[in-house]
Order: sequence, then structure tokens, then C-alpha cells
Amino acid sequence: MLLEVKDLHAGIEGKEILKGLNLQVKKGEVHAIMGPNGSGKSTLSKVLAGHPTYEVISGEVLFEGKNLLELEPDERAREGVFMAFQYPVEVPGVSNSQFLRLAYNQKMLHHGLEELDPLEFNDYLKEKAKIVDMDPQFFKRSVNEGFSGGEKKRNEILQMAVLEPKLAVLDETDSGLDIDALRIVAEGVNKLRSSENAIILVTHYQRLLNYIQPDFVHVLANGKIVKEGGKELALELEEKGYDWVKGAAV
Amino acid sequence: METSFTEQFRQFIEGEKSAGGRELREKAFAVFAALGFPTPNDEDWKYTNVAPLSREPWVVPPLMLSPSDFDRNEDRIAGFDFGRNGFTALNMAFACFSIHVIPKDMAFAEPIKLEYSAANRMMTSPHVVIIAEAGSKATIVESYHASSSGFTNAVTRVMVGDNANITHYRVQRNAPDAFNIGTTDVTLGAGSSYDSTNINLGGRLSRHDIDLKFTAEGGEAWVDGLYMLGGNQHHDTHSIIDHTVPNCNSHQTYKGVLNDNSRGVFNGKVFVRENAHGTDAQQSNKNLLLSNDARVDTKPQLEIFNDDVKCSHGATVGQLEEEQLFYLLTRGLPEVLAKNLLTYGFAEEVINKIGIESIKKELDVAVLNRLGRPIEL
Repeated sequence: MLLEVKDLHAGIEGKEILKGLNLQVKKGEVHAIMGPNGSGKSTLSKVLAGHPTYEVISGEVLFEGKNLLELEPDERAREGVFMAFQYPVEVPGVSNSQFLRLAYNQKMLHHGLEELDPLEFNDYLKEKAKIVDMDPQFFKRSVNEGFSGGEKKRNEILQMAVLEPKLAVLDETDSGLDIDALRIVAEGVNKLRSSENAIILVTHYQRLLNYIQPDFVHVLANGKIVKEGGKELALELEEKGYDWVKGAAV
Repeated sequence: METSFTEQFRQFIEGEKSAGGRELREKAFAVFAALGFPTPNDEDWKYTNVAPLSREPWVVPPLMLSPSDFDRNEDRIAGFDFGRNGFTALNMAFACFSIHVIPKDMAFAEPIKLEYSAANRMMTSPHVVIIAEAGSKATIVESYHASSSGFTNAVTRVMVGDNANITHYRVQRNAPDAFNIGTTDVTLGAGSSYDSTNINLGGRLSRHDIDLKFTAEGGEAWVDGLYMLGGNQHHDTHSIIDHTVPNCNSHQTYKGVLNDNSRGVFNGKVFVRENAHGTDAQQSNKNLLLSNDARVDTKPQLEIFNDDVKCSHGATVGQLEEEQLFYLLTRGLPEVLAKNLLTYGFAEEVINKIGIESIKKELDVAVLNRLGRPIEL
């Protein structure tokens, strides 16, 4: 088992948002977590990534059998957990390539592997950029600064491609994207999908799932998973709306 | 301290062969003797106590100037108000003049390089006058790199003629025990532009006064800067941007990074005078405090005497942004590295403006070396 979430209760500023969430993810799987606003989708992403303002009240999260919750956010990342942000953060003054090389080399260092110098890394980055159809001129620009919504999301997937995580949590990656940008981002994710990694798509809408087909769909409502099924569940949800599952228990 | 200068001035003035030069220097020295060095009682020097500088017995090098120099340039040298404080008066009394003229419609391919390095115990008083004639274009690189405890008291005047275009990089990287006082005085003609980037990394005590004035319509100026301090360093920037005429734009972005026990001061006045309609003036001063003992006093001041203007100003003093830090952590950067990278980025926003690659690279390295743990980029 790659990721095991057991009876997770978590929240923010004393308010409980996740109320006993269970989830199991194996390598090679793509899971979609769907749910209405306020259901706890973002809280789950943030807790998995280790955001300091979210508190875990009780429950367990195991990543490759290790207790994920006791690791710092940077340790989680080096172990192979990646989160694509709903709102990627701008880092003025630091170029994309500087940032990505530092991050990549930290991972290499952690695994006792060879670091890349700027020239070697540049070649590596150029290859990876093809996955999201990104122009190398973006390498020199400050991280996400002045990027359009679509460019920011593409940049998140580029980071995923560079860091090759075992588990990628894509938090509302489809939000704010027009159809062309959505297609590029989704195609990028599909290229990165493999039997060696797993992807959790956190999304409000079904439309992303037209492009990235999940193996499992989980519907989150009021802090719990209330319905689970295959990819057809997403279509059913789209048709019937979230009211259909609200209040229902698995 | 003033008395130690009195004796030195008597000998120094012997070297001035021009009657005009002698008269100007004597007048300036009399003003210095009357004013003395500023004290924290002076509003403009409230946060910068120059006592550690003024109690040192500085040695003035002898005057080296060919006899005709002053007379030939008297018109160009005149017109500077050296009485603004004790330092500008002292500079004029002991000034070592250099005059640069960029002829009409001429574009200099190579930068005008002004390099200063005050030797141990010595006071140097460079006084530079740069005249950019109409339609000319040039870059000025003014750099300070005293390697020991010297004192530089500089005045740099830049007269930007109509439609002239001047880029000015001022880089102060003195040794940690050096003193640096500088005044930059700029006037802009019609349709001209002046783009300056002022970097202060070195020195025990440094103070930079910028006095910029639009004298005709259509001028545009950028007055940006970075001070990055550690240890017991003290830096003070006082700037005045004066919109006296209509339809000029000014932009000012100053950033400070303060670590250890360092202290920064930013005082930026922007005046928009009564008839200066169509003015666009923007000013910001952002400070990053990396230690509980570092301190900054910032005071952006906007004084507007006209309705038809677009102005904004603001100042911030803070720590690193939590969301930025979290973002870098989720990419696997350890906390110390992430913080250093954010600090670097904060400083780089100003350094990235520099259009001369060799200077930019040097400053990149200097900034990286300032961080708690160096990063290889």
C-alpha cells in the first residue's frame, strides 16, 4: 500500500473539517476525490502536504508504511509526496530553473544519488518541459511571477515531472483553466502516470475526469467519504448533483 | 574633530592654485566649521548618529589638481548647494573634482566608471559632475570598495539634459569597518530619463542622500535600491524626489534585508508641487527583518499640492511570507535553504534590474554569501 489514511480527523483553528476519513491508494492507481465546497477536499490535500495551519486531531496517515504525519513538509516531499497547489505561489527574484534544480538536487541528495550541475539540469529540464508543452523561456522567469492561471498550473505539472513523486496530489488543478489549458495539463498528467506512482485528483467538477480517467472515485461530503465507485460515479454525480450524495453514508 | 580638519585645511588649500577654487573651498570650509557634523538633534539625522565617524582623526590626502582645472570647470562646479549639511560642506572644501561631459546626441557604448577606495585612516572627498547633454545616452557605474577603515565623503551630480537617457548604478561594497557618506544630486531636463539602482552592502556606517528634481516636462525617473545588512552595520537612505513641473513620472522601489543587530533607515520624500499636474509618482519601501535584534525605521512621505496626479506610496516591515515558505518546503527544500532562497529572491528583485551582466553576477554572489548558509545557484 502506498498511502493509507485511517479514520483521519483534522481541521483548522479548532474547527473539525475531516471527520473520520479513510482512503487506500496503491501504486499505479488514479483516485479522484470529489465533493462540494466545504466538504474537506482542500483540507485533505493540505494535511497530506503538511501545511502548518492545519491540525490533525486523530487518525493515521501511512506512506509506504511510515507515519507521514510526523514528517516535516520538506521531508514528505523528499520521500516522494507532491502537491500541486490550487493557487501556486509566486516567488519573485528566484528563477524557475534555479528553484527546480535546488529542489531536484535535494531529492537526489536525500536518496544518495548524483546531483546535477546547471548545464546538466538544463538538459533534463528541457526534456521535462515537453511534457507540458512549456517554452524554455519560462525557465529564466521568476517562479510563477506574472504567469497566467494556465501557465501556473502547467508549471505545477512541470515540477511534478521534474521531481517524479511516488504520490501526487493535484488540488483543484482544473480550476480557472480554459479548455485548451485543461487539455495540456491533463495530457501532461497522463504522460506522468505510471505503474510506479499514484495520483490523487482533488476536484469539484467532473470535467477534468474526461481527460484523466480515474480508477476510483470517492465522494467527500461533510468531512467523510460518502460514496465510492469507479469512473462512472463521476458521470452520475455530474448528472444528479451533490445533493444526491449529501448526508448519505457509505 | 573639526579642529583636526582646520590644520589640514590650511595645508591643503596651499595646493589650490586657482583663486576661484580657493575662494569656493574657503567658503565651504567656513560653512563646515559653522555647521559641524550633523547630530541626532537634526531631524534628517535623527536615526543616524555619526559620532563613531566624527570622532576619528581622519587624514586628508594632499590636493592633486593641475592649476587650470578649477578655472576651466568653474561654471560646472558652481551651482551646487554645499551648505545642506556638514558633510556636503566638508566635501566641497576638500573636493577632488572630476567632470564628465557626454556630448550632444552621443551614446557612450562603455560605461563611465567611477571607482573609490578610501585607504585606512584616510578621508577622500570625490566630487563628480556628469553633464549629459541633450539627446545623449550613457551608463554610470559608481562603485565603492574600501578594503579597510577609510572614510569616503562623496558628492555625485548628474545633470540629465533634454531627451538624454542616463542609467546609474551605485554599488557600495566597502569593508565592514569603513564609513561612507554620499550625496547624489540629479536634475532632469525635458523628456529625459534617469534610471538608478543603488546597492548598499558594505560599511560600518553608510548614508546616502539622493536629491532628484524634474526641471522640465516629460521626465521619467527610477530611483531604486537595496540595502542588505548584518552584524552591527548601519545604513540610511534619504531621498527627495521633487516634481516641480507637469507630466513627469517617478518610480521608487527600495528594499531592505536586515540581519543580526543591523539597523536601516529609509526616508523618502516625494513632493508634487502646485503646478505639477499629470504627475505619476510611485514609491515603496519593503523590509525583511531576519533577526529579532535588527531594526528599520522607514518613513515614506508624499506631499502633494496638486489634484491631477497619480501617486502611491507604502512601506512594509516583516518576516518571510509563510505561504511562500510552505510552497518551497513542499518541493523538498529544507527550511534553512528555503528561507535563504526567499531572502535571495527578495534582494534579487532589485539586483535583476542591473543591465551589466558582470556587475549583476558579482552582486548575486555577494547576496548569496550574505545568507546564513550559502546556496549554489
